[in-house]
Amino acid sequence: MPNRISQSTILLPSAPSILAYAAVAGKKEGEGPLREEFDLICDDTTFGEKTWEKAEMRMQMDAESRVLKKADLRPSDIDVVFAGDLLNQCISSAYSLRGLQIPYIGLYGACSTMAESLMLSSMFVDAGLANRAMAVTSSHFCTAERQFRFPLEYGGQRTPTAQWTATAAGSLIVGAHGEAPFVRGVCVGKIGDLGIKDLNNMGAAMAPAAADTLQTFLKDTKTSPQDYDRIFTGDLGQVGSDLLYELLSREGIDIKDRHDDCGLLLYDRETQDVHAGGSGCGCSAGVLCSHILKLVKNGTYENVLFMATGALMSPTSVQQGESIPGIAHLVHISRKGE
Amino acid sequence: MNIREERIVSQKKLTEQEYEQLNKKASPNTKSYITIPSAFLIGGFICLIGQALTNFYISLGVVKDEASALTSISLIFLSALLTGLNVYDNIAKVGGAGTLVPITGFANAVVSPALEFKTEGLVLGLGAKMFIIAGPVIVYGTLASVVYGVIYYLIQLFIK
Repeated sequence: MPNRISQSTILLPSAPSILAYAAVAGKKEGEGPLREEFDLICDDTTFGEKTWEKAEMRMQMDAESRVLKKADLRPSDIDVVFAGDLLNQCISSAYSLRGLQIPYIGLYGACSTMAESLMLSSMFVDAGLANRAMAVTSSHFCTAERQFRFPLEYGGQRTPTAQWTATAAGSLIVGAHGEAPFVRGVCVGKIGDLGIKDLNNMGAAMAPAAADTLQTFLKDTKTSPQDYDRIFTGDLGQVGSDLLYELLSREGIDIKDRHDDCGLLLYDRETQDVHAGGSGCGCSAGVLCSHILKLVKNGTYENVLFMATGALMSPTSVQQGESIPGIAHLVHISRKGE
Repeated sequence: MNIREERIVSQKKLTEQEYEQLNKKASPNTKSYITIPSAFLIGGFICLIGQALTNFYISLGVVKDEASALTSISLIFLSALLTGLNVYDNIAKVGGAGTLVPITGFANAVVSPALEFKTEGLVLGLGAKMFIIAGPVIVYGTLASVVYGVIYYLIQLFIK
């Protein structure tokens, strides 16, 4: 049974296992530093479909079918699926799951959705509400651009703090019994907002929430960054990462030597023209379900913290002059089950 | 936690102004020593093409006013074509205001949403979304010309 030790932090004594994981990536992501680690790279950004929305659904379907295949399970073996994406009404998730007939709970956590869905899946399994739970999320550069910014062919310039929405999907299955990696605890994030209004600087909008969640988790579990081999943040990018260091250093916490940001791992910032780094649900999902879980599974890392961050604005709220609320959910993933 | 302690904690918290300062320090600025000259050069080059086209049309014996109109039409056509071929946005990435300000930028602002939203149908997609970027330019451009007209009229009265 889950053990709540504070308002935010919940330990999972049964240590649910991540049975399988899969990541699908688009062309640009497939040319990045993680190119060898994805299960599937589609060189055609349309994924063979007629609209960008259908392309994203196809990508999510590919991620779902791959993870089921890797776990050697059928859809009927999964008791619940938590899924979400960036699009209005989470259409990629609802449409991609249309054919699978798995009890479905839709999520919106913006770029934090992978941590949110993994967290809920693990809590469901630990509480005995599900024997196996699936977490899926995706984002597509072309669907996100047309919803949040400008048409693709519009000749505009991006600011240096802007981040690039990843075309990628990640999926994983959490089960009650299995091998490493295990999920040991979670920290449910609170909304943080320090008044950033710039849609092209989401890293800065999300950094306060990230600092708060990490600090809360370390305090609640009475651990320090040195107890973890690596701390991965969702997609703060370069600007957000620098601000996270600054915010944490004010609290006397230093994570610089063991921190990586998924938005900086997915692309080569020098050559791939992504400005401050990657973003989008698919960014942290793609990196978690290829790179991070692999490194925990093969023993490179014993204990890692995965903390995906999300910027919870909409184009309407930004146009109305509202600042951007940020969130960060944290999941403690370990090679050891106890 | 009693009230006094709570106040101490909240005092330690960062204000929005303090965070804005940190954000400014962490955010890199646009490299204007690169972007301004490249906007100047690319914008100037587009104007050069315009002038060359005007001269060309005049050499064919077209009257100057008509040659100007033909030049605008040609530049709009070229911009729309390059937008459709996925080239214009790559030029604009470097050109910035140099590609935005000439008439080619306006053509791109109309063609790019038309291409983008045609998946939502010819009426509610292409037709309705076509002016999503250029619409405000037309609205306020018309308004500005009315204001200009009134001022011009008043000045003429005064001078006479």
